[in-house]
Amino acid sequence: MGIAAEALKDFKGFNPKKLPEVEPLSPGHRACQGCGEILALRQVLKALGENVIVASATGCMEIVTSPFPQTAWRVPWIHVAFENAAAVISGVESAYKAMNRKGKIQQPDVVFLAYGGDGGTADIGLQALSGALERGHNFIYVCLDNEAYMNTGIQRSSSTPYGAMTTTSPPGKKSIGQRTWKKNVAYIAAAHGIPYVATASPAFALDLMNKVKKAAAVPGPAYLHIYSPCPTGWRHETDLAIEVARLAVQTKVFPLYEVIDGKWILSRKIAKPKPVSEYFKVQRRFRHLTEKDIEEIQRRVDEEYEELLRRCAMSGEPQKPEGKETEEG
Amino acid sequence: MKPAVLTGEHFMTGDVACAEGALAAGCRFFAGYPITPATEIAEHMSHRLPDVGGTYIQMEDEIAAMAAVLGASCAGVKSMTATSGPGFSLMMENIGLGVCTETPCVVVNVQRAGPSTGLPTLGAQGDMMQARWGSHGHYEIIALAPASPQDIFYQTITAFNLSEKYRVPVLIMSDEVVGHLSERVVIPEPTAIRTFSRRRPKGRKDRFKPFCPGPDGVAPMADAGDGYRVHVTGLTHDERGYPVMTADCHAEMIARITGKIRRNLADIIRTESYRLDDADVAIVSYGVSSRSSMAAVDEARQEGIKVGLLRLITVWPFAEEAVAHLSRTVRALFTVEINLGQVHLEVERCAKGRVPCHLVGHAGGTVIAPERIVQAIKDHL
Repeated sequence: MGIAAEALKDFKGFNPKKLPEVEPLSPGHRACQGCGEILALRQVLKALGENVIVASATGCMEIVTSPFPQTAWRVPWIHVAFENAAAVISGVESAYKAMNRKGKIQQPDVVFLAYGGDGGTADIGLQALSGALERGHNFIYVCLDNEAYMNTGIQRSSSTPYGAMTTTSPPGKKSIGQRTWKKNVAYIAAAHGIPYVATASPAFALDLMNKVKKAAAVPGPAYLHIYSPCPTGWRHETDLAIEVARLAVQTKVFPLYEVIDGKWILSRKIAKPKPVSEYFKVQRRFRHLTEKDIEEIQRRVDEEYEELLRRCAMSGEPQKPEGKETEEG
Repeated sequence: MKPAVLTGEHFMTGDVACAEGALAAGCRFFAGYPITPATEIAEHMSHRLPDVGGTYIQMEDEIAAMAAVLGASCAGVKSMTATSGPGFSLMMENIGLGVCTETPCVVVNVQRAGPSTGLPTLGAQGDMMQARWGSHGHYEIIALAPASPQDIFYQTITAFNLSEKYRVPVLIMSDEVVGHLSERVVIPEPTAIRTFSRRRPKGRKDRFKPFCPGPDGVAPMADAGDGYRVHVTGLTHDERGYPVMTADCHAEMIARITGKIRRNLADIIRTESYRLDDADVAIVSYGVSSRSSMAAVDEARQEGIKVGLLRLITVWPFAEEAVAHLSRTVRALFTVEINLGQVHLEVERCAKGRVPCHLVGHAGGTVIAPERIVQAIKDHL
């Protein structure tokens, strides 16, 4: 049994009727109306509770939660430079380990959380993330993926999906919009051989919170890639963040899975997937795409999902059947 | 399809004018990374470059952006990037590489208040000393300071011309106010814009020495891949470009990269004088602060104090002679800049104690009001 499986053998998930009441990330922040990212981050913090130290990369979640003299944080929180959240939390974690060892403090149960957006994770922060995962610090890294640099005004990142419009991937005669396919940082994290990797979505809140709880329970690094709809940047209605997040899962665009000790486990099998066009049509960032473009994207989404299924099948873990989406979504 | 030079009258921000100036200068490669308040330059280039046969790429960080610019320039394309404080810090190592390998390129720093993340949306002029020697080692660099959208349009063209002529990265030290200010910008006919491209080598390709300078101290530069034998390295290298790990070779290389600037100061340094002829008091300023200073000159003169302004267009290399000359003709010097004394140190150095030197500055986040300058002059006279 691997170290994560060992740590999770008596794992108990949250009871949907008795969710924690704590709000380490309090209401009253300045996120845009309908922000899916702040919702995801709130769920992460609810799952972790108050015994946590948070390092935040530069980004939307840093800006909207901390304008002086106010703060939305009820737990220790440090804002660092754009690229180094994983490196700073490495230092914090190491210091606590040393102080505990020397008997200067008795706080062995503190959870160390670093988070960043997709830019701060997949682009400028990838080096620091890889270093921290490789060194094996006991921490959780959460990537809140809203698929572009939203804080500076919607510029493409390497996590922006193929075909999407951003201000630096403008569609037109010479360009389809974003020309490259989304970088899969969860796969990259898994390739480090860390004990726990998972993808999650705020549309499946219980699944997300349970994954956070597992990430905290396993010793060593854990990586969570959380899909975070952005009405401002994706150009969808502000009441649709959860709907868009749900559609991303139902269309196989953003499948939910876990990698525990290198074993791939699908969190929910999509037996009757919806076409990607349903996901695209609620967002204006894709509205310039032709039917041919969408066909090509559909093919790629199908292929990538098949590849994920193969990984899960090879892991030989029992796969969960499709969940009842209504109870969580 | 729009042409590269948008001849006509426009109402545009400094950031957009900077991008248009670059296109007019012949820039056809931009590697960017989003950062407030410089993002609009990248955004505008991403729209415009495909139209004129150029390339825009967005990189994973500023380190990569600066490296890509050097690579594109080595391939023979006029290249640039734009950033602000934190990104400027990340670019420093590769700016040094550009200096050492004598690779022409333009780096725009739309300054915001620092250190660190600082005030991302508010202006400052706190990176002036970083521009001078922010990368390690001893070198010379060229830095310009634009004061308005119209100004940055022309200065960007100048920056490309100087970088191509002297094979050196040229820094445009803009700031948030100039970058986000919308003003009238007149773009002339393409024929009225003088552009300069790096001298290319002639003669036997196998005998070519890529760092053997001509009479102006600058070596001709071959495009990578056009057959000339080139070896490019950030190690200390001889005129063939090969690493030589000796103090003598290092002295020779540093003499070359500093000498080509120091010997051509008259061509590189640009300043502007405003009502200096009969001035008792002189202000030395640059960038957006020179506009506050210009207003202060007029206000002070209305009150009977004869004030003039020396506006530094080129900040690095420093206008030593002009400031030294001023210090012999006026009773006091005032440096006006949005920091707590950076270019001011240079003014003091050049005044050599001949006249009192005063600083009018603050830490950043807003422009300096003309009234404050006038008050400071009254207080000290």
